[in-house]
Amino acid sequence: MTALGKLLRTTAFQLTLVYLVVFALFAAFLLGYFALNTRRLINEQIVGIVDTELQLLNTQYNQAGIRRLVGIVDVRSRRPGSSLYLVTTPTGEGLAGNVGSLEPGILESEGWVETAYRRLEEPESTEHNALVRVSRLPGGIRLLVGRDLEERERMFHIVTLAGRWSVAIVIVLGIIGGVYVSRRVLNRVDAMTGTAQTIMAGDLSGRLSVIGSGDEFDRLALNLNGMLERIESLMHGLKEVTDNVAHDLKTPLTRLRNRCEAALRTAKTEADYRRALEETIEESVGLIRTFDALLMIARAESGEVRDGMAEFDIAEVARDVSELYEPLAEDNGLTLEVEAKEPAAVKGNRELVSQALANLVDNAIKYAAPAAKDPHGAINGQRPGILVKANADKDQVVLTVSDHGPGIPQGDRSRVIDRFVRLEQSRSRPGSGLGLSLVSAVARLHGGELKLEDNAPGLRARISLPRVTVPPQRAA
Amino acid sequence: MSNAAPAESFVPGAYLVRSMRLLIIEDDRDAADYLVKAFREVGHVADHAADGEEGLALALDGGYDVLIIDRMLPKLDGLVVIGRLRGKNIATPALILSALGAVDDRVRGLRAGGDDYLPKPYSFSELLARVEVLARRHIGRSEDTQYRVGDLELDRLSHRVARGKEEIILQPREFRLLEYLMKHAGQVVTRTMLLENVWDYHFDPQTNVIDVHISRLRSKIDKGFAQPLLHTVRGAGYMIRDGAR
Repeated sequence: MTALGKLLRTTAFQLTLVYLVVFALFAAFLLGYFALNTRRLINEQIVGIVDTELQLLNTQYNQAGIRRLVGIVDVRSRRPGSSLYLVTTPTGEGLAGNVGSLEPGILESEGWVETAYRRLEEPESTEHNALVRVSRLPGGIRLLVGRDLEERERMFHIVTLAGRWSVAIVIVLGIIGGVYVSRRVLNRVDAMTGTAQTIMAGDLSGRLSVIGSGDEFDRLALNLNGMLERIESLMHGLKEVTDNVAHDLKTPLTRLRNRCEAALRTAKTEADYRRALEETIEESVGLIRTFDALLMIARAESGEVRDGMAEFDIAEVARDVSELYEPLAEDNGLTLEVEAKEPAAVKGNRELVSQALANLVDNAIKYAAPAAKDPHGAINGQRPGILVKANADKDQVVLTVSDHGPGIPQGDRSRVIDRFVRLEQSRSRPGSGLGLSLVSAVARLHGGELKLEDNAPGLRARISLPRVTVPPQRAA
Repeated sequence: MSNAAPAESFVPGAYLVRSMRLLIIEDDRDAADYLVKAFREVGHVADHAADGEEGLALALDGGYDVLIIDRMLPKLDGLVVIGRLRGKNIATPALILSALGAVDDRVRGLRAGGDDYLPKPYSFSELLARVEVLARRHIGRSEDTQYRVGDLELDRLSHRVARGKEEIILQPREFRLLEYLMKHAGQVVTRTMLLENVWDYHFDPQTNVIDVHISRLRSKIDKGFAQPLLHTVRGAGYMIRDGAR
């Protein structure tokens, strides 16, 4: 597209054109109206003057006869000016006046007429226009009084000319203004387009320029810049995660490969191969789990599952999950108690919240179990327990899982929620290091949060979620 | 890790009841070849269609016990294939395989007329167990009010369980666990199937909590009896069956 074509296509220019047409029409209408009114005004003036003169001459004729009339007309005819006079006999013979010729039949007509005429002393070819009135005097004498229309015509001409010029000026100024405004708009839009293209080309740090005039372009640029800022930080987060994923998946993948190579090298019997294969499958199952957890976290963080949210009872979730894990806890020498009697409604994804709670309970069992198996760990023969609690106050629901395991040092508590962070002392245990990240992501998805606290001794994990104020109608 | 000491070990395929005809609609050649071969090894007959249209045409001809349909297929989407079949009143059970794996995707699949859903990557033993359960369902076993395996009896109406003359007291969840196992007596039931059908959870509890529930159930129904009924199938899951047969 040429620069001109681009300019002509801008909304600003097209709007200017529309305004231009409207203004030009308006100016033309205004001047036309003005011209017509001026013409009318001049006509009225002529009519007034001529009428007065006719009346005067009439009176003179009636009082003093034809001689006096001819005398007055003679005198007046000689005065310079635009007045016209003619006195004729009933047969049309001229007695006095300054009119040389008229259009035929004018003397026979009554009232106001416009006519072409020639003055007495003027050559044959010249012709003017005049507004005249013929009056029949007693005795068949005809008296014509009129006024030249040149003044009126000149006036009309001037106004028309002014009209044309002003329309022309409006058009020229309008086009210049339109081009100026469109270029200004175009320049800023072009600058924005340019920035957008560099961003699309991969440079996410690009920002739209803000002039500081606070106009609509500045506001648009500010908003778009805010959006870019958000996108950049999200992309940055994503990159970090990808790096972590790559790093943490490489370790198990290397292990997998080493195991296969070792089997190829050393396995002799079918049983050896079988064992190696089984270990390989087990390792890959762990990898798949890590992937699943990552996908789950990504999904919870993107809010993708927000559509499928429904109300459910959090106490029921607490009881169900506890019931699922109770035998496992017992097998590990732990008691698992649940305190969740009061129903409390939460709007969300039951499956995800259940999984989050399951992760916390699973963690509690995993970390509290060794202490429980230690004969010195059992105090007064009592088995150390895990407590799952669902509490609700007016506007929030709190799920807590408390254990008497080793706990997490204060300084590490917020760090362990990050993806793949596993404290040194737990590296040897199974797990992806994603469990708490998932819990945290699920809590945030539901507008709540995960907090880790000291259970003295042990760890207390609490998920707080916003409560649905109107409890769901329970079937009787 | 496993707390459930298996009374007996089975290898997948060794418990085959009858041969099935399967149709695998999957565009990934390698995956499909692997499945066809694996199903053949355990005694089933499997056909393969590489796209939605071909799969639909084959499925319309009928004669299959179970359809295994990939979610994303060339020409016709997996869900559309199922929709068209159901529209023609063909009720062949369909299992959807999907790499998407989202909770919503499973719901969408089942709503479209699928009978089961398995996210990729899956293990063959899991797929096999689910397909065999689906095939059995298709045979139309009536919803009995009583299940019986050997001398173990379960009454679904009175919630009574007895082995021989001895009444067994079960917790509600244990009852549902046994009920599901007995409904599919003679078939392998995987841990995820139990988690889905008995607990209604579709996530993976990192630790095998199911094993502990099974060993508790086992201690109630098998302990003190000469003939164990609840068996662990290595690498696959569990099965309840009358060992004396």
